[in-house]
Amino acid sequence: MSGSDMSASPAASRTRLYGSWGNILRAEHETLAPRSVDGAREIAARLPAHSAIARGNGRSYGDVALNPGRTLVDMLGLDHFIAFDATTGRLRCEAGILLSDILAVLSRPDRDGSGWLLPVMPGTRFITVGGAIANDVHGKNAHGLGSFGCHVVDLELARSDGRRLVCSPEENPDLFAATIGGLGLTGLILTATLQLRRVPGLALEAEDIAFDRLEDFFTLDAESAQAWEYTAAWIDCLAGGEALGRGIYMRARHAPGVGAPPPARAPSRSVPLTPPLSGVNGLSVRAFNALYWRKLGSKRRKSHVGSYEKVFFPLDAIGHWNRLYGPAGFYQFQAVVPPEHAEPVTRELLAEISSARQGSMLVVLKRFGDIVSPGLISFPMPGITLALDFPNLGDATRKLLARLERIVVAAGGRIYPAKDFSMSRESFAKGYPALQDFLRHRDPAMSSAFARRMGIVEEEDAS
Amino acid sequence: MSTSPRRIAIFGATSDIAVAFARAHAAGGTRFALSARDGAALDRLAQDLKVRGAGEVTVRTVDFADLSQLPAIAEAMWGAFGGLDVALIAYGSLPDQAKACLDPALAEEALRLNFTSPALLVNTLAGYFEAARAGTIAVITSVAGDRGRQSNYVYGGAKGGLQTFLDGVRHRLHASGVTVLDIRPGFVATKMTQHLPQTGPLWAQPDKVASDISAAIAKRRAVLYTPWFWWVIMTIVCALPRAVFHRSKL
Repeated sequence: MSGSDMSASPAASRTRLYGSWGNILRAEHETLAPRSVDGAREIAARLPAHSAIARGNGRSYGDVALNPGRTLVDMLGLDHFIAFDATTGRLRCEAGILLSDILAVLSRPDRDGSGWLLPVMPGTRFITVGGAIANDVHGKNAHGLGSFGCHVVDLELARSDGRRLVCSPEENPDLFAATIGGLGLTGLILTATLQLRRVPGLALEAEDIAFDRLEDFFTLDAESAQAWEYTAAWIDCLAGGEALGRGIYMRARHAPGVGAPPPARAPSRSVPLTPPLSGVNGLSVRAFNALYWRKLGSKRRKSHVGSYEKVFFPLDAIGHWNRLYGPAGFYQFQAVVPPEHAEPVTRELLAEISSARQGSMLVVLKRFGDIVSPGLISFPMPGITLALDFPNLGDATRKLLARLERIVVAAGGRIYPAKDFSMSRESFAKGYPALQDFLRHRDPAMSSAFARRMGIVEEEDAS
Repeated sequence: MSTSPRRIAIFGATSDIAVAFARAHAAGGTRFALSARDGAALDRLAQDLKVRGAGEVTVRTVDFADLSQLPAIAEAMWGAFGGLDVALIAYGSLPDQAKACLDPALAEEALRLNFTSPALLVNTLAGYFEAARAGTIAVITSVAGDRGRQSNYVYGGAKGGLQTFLDGVRHRLHASGVTVLDIRPGFVATKMTQHLPQTGPLWAQPDKVASDISAAIAKRRAVLYTPWFWWVIMTIVCALPRAVFHRSKL
């Protein structure tokens, strides 16, 4: 029997330890690792009720791709390109392929520096296409181009009844809408067709501008929205009083005619193991924020033209940076609030964090535009989104997260499941009004720690 | 010879190490002749390599355990692009040693796929390369072939025999300028070892092994231990006096 023979069997089953990216939970899982789309379809057809969830490259901070004591279907074996049409920019690929591979293979500068680029780039390129769809990820150009799901032409889904379905806005449109941002609960995503976009130059012209208070963010954002395709701001969340909401506004746009080689497929440096104590504590956060706030110097403005790597993927520079938070891990929190409440609610959230003295280094403020995501329970919606991470200090951190959650939901906002580990069922239902509609399209075999925590799958259902 | 081969044949092309090797060479129009047993997996790989920039990909399904198929497959792969720069032989199997001790048929099957078949294939390919007076024949053996051990001497014996066979072919082809590369990986996280834990410092990823193979081909090396530390480990294992070695459980 040759090595290749073994791919004839859909998967080998074994038990493995998997964690969330935030390292809040690590647990043993029965894992199945299909090697082909046919193998994945066979696996889906044999899954018992409430048993399994697909897992990509494990970059979800929370528990959407965990399923302790049950089954994970490791999709990384489905890593083949299927076809790319260089005239239309349509890419068909298997769901386990990483965005970093798509960039490395297809986003190469032509002679004039232009090229094909992923239309939506999240904060890390080390995620799978299937994961990007299931979480309907967004990037710094969400105000102009919407979420990842807006650029999915079609996808193939394996359901536990044995069917392999093509879903698109025309074919099985309801299931398509449920699967975009559907957290893997509608079945196994096997393949997808993505519409890449032609950019006039793969390099970016980027500008960083320091601002002194929250109002200035909104002013800068309003004046940047038209001319700057990629925008986001870092906020110094330890600043209070007059300086509340001060930060650095970052905007970028493609530099026509300037090429940029694709970023590396793997980080060149990595945190080799989890230190026994968190490297992220009150002292290091204070020091970081103080230094970062001053990084632009007295001119308070800096611009450069170059690779998109640092603009899109600052955290990818160091592999396993999540380990810096130590064995207790960290919580991520990302929420969006509607535009009409954006400024006062953001102020309220920042004041709450500042007074709790639980600082975060990574604080991102960004405006989502009016482009409606095709997903029924997609996170992106019009408004302002705030993302932060907090070292896990136990109860104190969970209480702070609960207070932030209350403020967001009271303002008609919602929390991002891909980053969540603490949202209440009520907040989920309130934040996602199409939830009941979504539940009709759930695949009965699928289940995740998140789904059970949210009551989407009842505990007592589980065998 | 240019450092980047333009015509590559892979026997056992759907093995994880072979896939990683092919992908690393796909950009820039490389032409591939691929063979393996699983036709669907071969087709999938061919499409994948084309998107990654391969110039042309031909595929052929073959059962390497059927020795009668070997001359035809060697001829077809050699002829696909009118000669080859690199032939990589990557198929093999990891038999269950305990079962193979008791079941002669299972042991025979493992010896055939891990020794007889690749040895015969190399022998045939050697004739083509010798006539062309250029190119590299690269064969994946294993560190397990360096010294027979109670826990896997059926597999190790086949790989050890193949190493000696390659030594001889290398001697024969030296005059014609053809390189024969003996690739000896340690533990690699592939589907062949999927039933093992695949974690720990000794386990390597297929991408790492593939890039080591590419470097060894470019440097025209004869023997490659990959990752490099296996050279140290196997030097020690081979140097152990028999009296000491026999008390180990290796």
